[in-house]
Amino acid sequence: MIRINCPVCGLRNETEFTYGADATVSRPAMDENEMKPWLDYVFNRTNPRGWHKEYWHHVQGCRQWLVLERNTLTHEIGACELAREVTE
Amino acid sequence: MTRYSALSVFRHALSGNRTWGRAWRDPDPKPYYDVVIVGGGGHGLATAYYLAKEHGITNVAIVEKGWLGGGNTGRNTTIVRSNYMMPGNTMFYERSMQLWENLSQDLNYNVMISQRGQYNLCHSPGQMDAARRRGNIMRANGIDAELFDRAEVQRRLPYLDYSEKARFPIHGAIYQSRAGTARHDAVAWGFARGADRHGVDILQRREVTGYLFDGGKIVGVQTNRGDIRAGKVALCVAGHSGHLTQMAGLRLPIETHCLQAFVTEPYKPLVDTVISFGAAHFYVSQSDKGGLVLGGDLDMYNSYAQRGGLPVVEHTLASAKALMPCVSRLKLLRHWAGVMDMSMDGSPFITRTPVEGLYLNGGWNYGGFKATPASGWCFAWTIAKDEPHEDNAEFTLDRFERGYQIDEKGVGPQTNAH
Repeated sequence: MIRINCPVCGLRNETEFTYGADATVSRPAMDENEMKPWLDYVFNRTNPRGWHKEYWHHVQGCRQWLVLERNTLTHEIGACELAREVTE
Repeated sequence: MTRYSALSVFRHALSGNRTWGRAWRDPDPKPYYDVVIVGGGGHGLATAYYLAKEHGITNVAIVEKGWLGGGNTGRNTTIVRSNYMMPGNTMFYERSMQLWENLSQDLNYNVMISQRGQYNLCHSPGQMDAARRRGNIMRANGIDAELFDRAEVQRRLPYLDYSEKARFPIHGAIYQSRAGTARHDAVAWGFARGADRHGVDILQRREVTGYLFDGGKIVGVQTNRGDIRAGKVALCVAGHSGHLTQMAGLRLPIETHCLQAFVTEPYKPLVDTVISFGAAHFYVSQSDKGGLVLGGDLDMYNSYAQRGGLPVVEHTLASAKALMPCVSRLKLLRHWAGVMDMSMDGSPFITRTPVEGLYLNGGWNYGGFKATPASGWCFAWTIAKDEPHEDNAEFTLDRFERGYQIDEKGVGPQTNAH
C-alpha cells in the first residue's frame, strides 16, 4: 500500500487517491501550429524507470490535485505539493 | 538434436532418462550478427525462430538480461483468443490463433494449447449490443463467435451468481470456442529450442546497456559483458520498451504499468473454460494442476517494480467473489506482477523506428501472450524485408501522428484506461 503525504490531509492511504497523469508534460501555447509539440503533449511520454513526477487527485479527501514525486522502480514516495502551487 | 516423439520418450525411459541432450546451446557470442534481438521472452524467441525458418536469416542472437521467459512470458494468465474488432487488430490476432493451433506440431514441442473456449460476460443490454457487434465483425472476418443469452450461459456455467442478489446481473455472453489457454513456459522453451536448432545463438544473463552508433545509425549493442555488433537491432522488451528506446533518443506513446495475477490452491475441476467478467476487469481459468488462475486490473500508476499493491488484490478477489460466490473460501497460493507497455491507444507496435537500424516490437498492453506467434512471425517479416506484412501494417509509431489510433475500447489517449 502506497501512502501519500497530502499537504492538506497528511499521510493517507493510496485508496483515497486517483492517479491522474504524467506531470512533466505541459500543454503547448494555444496558438502553436506545429504538429510535433501537440503530438508530444497528447501521446509521447518519457516513461522513466526511477523518479517520476505525476498528478494525483485526492478524490476521497480534500479533493485537491497534487503533484507527487514517486519512484517507479521502488514505489518510494518523495515530495508532494498542491498542483496549483507548482509553478512551471 | 533429438526429435521429440513417443519413441524417443520410450527410448530415453529405458536408460532412466539420463541421456536427454540439452534443448538449446549456451554459446559464446560471435563479434557480429545480422540481427541482434534484445529480449528472450516469447516474442523475441518467436521472432528469431521465424527469421530463421521463414526468411533463412540464421546469423541471429537473442540477448536476454535474465533467463528465458523470466519476464512477462512467465507472468501472464496464459489466455489465447482472437476476439478483436478494430481493423489492424482483427486479422493479426486471428493469424496468431491459427499459428497457435499448429504450434506444437510446428515446434515439435508440446505447448499444451487447450482450446477450451472463452466467455466474455455481458451485464447490461448495452453490453449485449456491443458484444453482438463485435461478434458480427469477427464472423464477417471468418473468426468464430457465438452470442448466448442468460439461459444458455446459466446452462453452460451453472456456478456463476444468477441470484437476485448478484451485484452485476448476467445478461448473456459472447463466446469464442477456439480460444483457450497454452502453457506459457513451454512456449518460450519451444521457440528457444526451435530457434537454436536453426543456429540462433541464445545469450542469457547479458543486459543491454546502450547501443553502438555509426553516424546516426545503430550498428550494435553494448552489454554488461561486452559489445556485440549487428546489422539490425530488434527490441522485444515489452514493459521496458520506453527504457530501451530512450537510450536511442526516442520517446514512445507508452507508459509502463504493473499488472497482477493470482493462483489459488488446487481445487477439483470447476472452470473448464476461460471466463471474463464484463463488469470489472477480471478473468479466470483453471490450470491443469487445479489452481484457479485469476487476473485483474492495473495498479493504475506507472511502475517498473514487478510487484503490485494490495488494493488491487482486494479488488480482484472481490470481483471473483461477485462472479463466483463458490470460490470465497479458496486460499491464494501465489501472487505476482509483471510490468507492461501500456500504449496510448491500447494496441501494439511491430515496426521500424525513426532510428535507422532499430526495430521495435512492444506496446502489448494486457494482451502480449496470445500474440506471441504472430508477433514473432510479423516482426521477422518486418526485419527481413524492411517493410511490414499486411497483418502488422497498422502497428506503426506514426499512427498517432496520422490520426489512425487503434483504440479497441474507445477510451482515448490514457494508458491506464485500456
